[in-house]
Amino acid sequence: MRHIISLLMENESGALSRVAGLFSARGYNIESLTVAPTEDPTLSRMTLVTRGSDEVIEQITKQLNKLVDSVKIQDITDGSHIERELMLVKVRAHTNDLREEMMRLGDIFRGRIIDVSDKTYTMELTGTGSKLDAFLEALDAGLILETVRTGACGIGRGERILKV
Amino acid sequence: MADTELTGAEIVVRCLQDEGVKHIFGYPGGAVLNIYDEIYKQDAFQHILVRHEQAAVHAADAYARSTGQVGVAIVTSGPGATNAVTGIATAYMDSIPLVVLTGQVPTAAIGLDAFQEVDTVGITRPCVKHNFLVKDVQQLAETIKKAFYIASTGRPGPVVVDIPKDVTQHLCAYHYPRRISLRSYNPTYKGHTGQIRKAVQMLLEAKRPVIYMGGGVILGNASRQLTQLGQTLAYPTASTLMGLGGYPASDPLFLGMLGMHGTYEANMAMQHCDVLLAVGARFDDRVIGNPKHFASEHHRIIHIDVDPSSISKRVKVDVPIVGDVAHVLDEMLKLLAAGKASPDEQALQAWWAQIELWRSQDCLKYEAGDKPIKPQYVVEKLYEVTQGQAFVTADVGQHQMWAAQYYKFDQPRRWINSGGLGTMGFGLPAAMGVQFAHPQAMVVCITGEGSIQMNIQELSTCKEHNLPIKVILLNNGYLGMVRQWQEFFYEERYAESYVGSLPDFVKLTEAYGHVGMLVERTADVEPALRDAFGKYKDRLVFINFLVDPRENVYPMIPAGKGLSEMILV
Repeated sequence: MRHIISLLMENESGALSRVAGLFSARGYNIESLTVAPTEDPTLSRMTLVTRGSDEVIEQITKQLNKLVDSVKIQDITDGSHIERELMLVKVRAHTNDLREEMMRLGDIFRGRIIDVSDKTYTMELTGTGSKLDAFLEALDAGLILETVRTGACGIGRGERILKV
Repeated sequence: MADTELTGAEIVVRCLQDEGVKHIFGYPGGAVLNIYDEIYKQDAFQHILVRHEQAAVHAADAYARSTGQVGVAIVTSGPGATNAVTGIATAYMDSIPLVVLTGQVPTAAIGLDAFQEVDTVGITRPCVKHNFLVKDVQQLAETIKKAFYIASTGRPGPVVVDIPKDVTQHLCAYHYPRRISLRSYNPTYKGHTGQIRKAVQMLLEAKRPVIYMGGGVILGNASRQLTQLGQTLAYPTASTLMGLGGYPASDPLFLGMLGMHGTYEANMAMQHCDVLLAVGARFDDRVIGNPKHFASEHHRIIHIDVDPSSISKRVKVDVPIVGDVAHVLDEMLKLLAAGKASPDEQALQAWWAQIELWRSQDCLKYEAGDKPIKPQYVVEKLYEVTQGQAFVTADVGQHQMWAAQYYKFDQPRRWINSGGLGTMGFGLPAAMGVQFAHPQAMVVCITGEGSIQMNIQELSTCKEHNLPIKVILLNNGYLGMVRQWQEFFYEERYAESYVGSLPDFVKLTEAYGHVGMLVERTADVEPALRDAFGKYKDRLVFINFLVDPRENVYPMIPAGKGLSEMILV
């Protein structure tokens, strides 16, 4: 099962490597990992996407909890939640047909064109990972010049709050 | 007017003093010279100069194991730190509270491949409970306080504090916090009341109960409670290698050691019990063997541990209780005393009858002829001569298992060995650590000719401090445990397990200034031991016992097999 684990950590140098090291040392899967400081600059929030059986996920949460720098952990896939990922895609747009096609596709996926050159468009899309996948599949692979994705970040719905 | 300012080096020394440290083990070098200069100027604690950094950490580790206090080691940057890593990993695997101070190149040189620079925090990260790089002298005292706090609370473990050389020169006002709290680190102390009640009820319903105790009982100072629980209920108790001494081995309710080289009765009882109370143990591969085989019998399992990640890691548990083992056991004892229910006497009688049947197998029997000496005999005689009162450290291999099987520990913190990591070379420096902590006690290092040579240079440290350690070398000429596996599982192809060209250990010992003895006949074993603890009581005595090279450790559960699949003699 795919799980999204949110983690509040002390914003200390090395905190990220403790998490990454834990996953490699114990052989856990790591699909994506995003991290940035929160509104409280002493804390950073990490979102981890991982896969594993219930037992493995239980161990992952326990091991993360055990890290001395980890303040709070939540498996946000335990309840209803929202998940978003940001993707930037640079595509070929050297003909009028292509330029129109890309604008249309972008509209359908609620993307925005954020950079334009004679030969390229750069688009910004947000959504769940599968929506971003779908967008890439809808494009002719030969037209994609470059993609960059942030990995998922997530938050619980309603009153479910992860805060110190 | 600000307080008088101290240098970082002075602060390090003051912190150790304020922490009440009495002994630290270490080795100087460029990056820690300022700290050593301050150590030189004080006498609140004693610094013991070892001959190799690994030994410093093992000695501090054993100091901690034998006292329950935090052990302290100090080494320089680069090779000092990398040499310490084996010691740190050893302490980590056995959850030993340790603070290791490592020197580091000056902050401005970090990352520039400076002389004797390694990324100590990076290298030690996977084998410490936590580590710190102190870049600002303002944070030094607080970080050292945190290190002691983290090392000694919850599930204990080693903490490394890496201190760049310039930080030891910088000045700041000294303040050592008396208490500290961390929002990100709050070990659970009290067990859940409902779970404890459930556990007591389940224990009382048992028809075939077993108490399975591990190193957590020793670390959590819960021997008294555990012994009381076992004796109140008259339930059988078995121990892991790390738990030995946590329950008196001479009590008939004790089944002995569990696991790969555990007793027949302990392993059979564990496999066939209906209710298992696991206390401070972690169901590791050397204890239950194959978890699938273990689960093939239905058990109801109660598991008490301070570390939630130890619970339901390899074996699914029915009643998990996270908390300090001594505290949880106290609560259980209270409930037992207050309640009216008592164990099912009839079922218990039948269970004990079955256990006695297993016990009658006498799985530790061996036949002692005059020559060659049986290694088991040496350990049995050692037990008699020391009247079971010695602190025994071991290295790793066959001799370690024989020590665990034949020396009956009645008290906690007397049996000092590297169980988790299995570090050869642990025994002698560990004995030094124990002897410093207990200057009047009998301290014995049981070792093999492979292991002892991994840290034999410490005989020099022992001489410098006149440590009256007794080194019991069970010399069979082979890396015995490797040889045993090769005999059983590799059709007797003894690849590189024969140790050729051994030194003359007697001469070697004498060269270091100690007493050396060679014993080749069974009849000479006891007199030699009596001399070692009598005539040469105040000297380090190194006895080279030439023992049977073909002797194996029995019983044995082959790797990957189940608890009831033992090979007996």
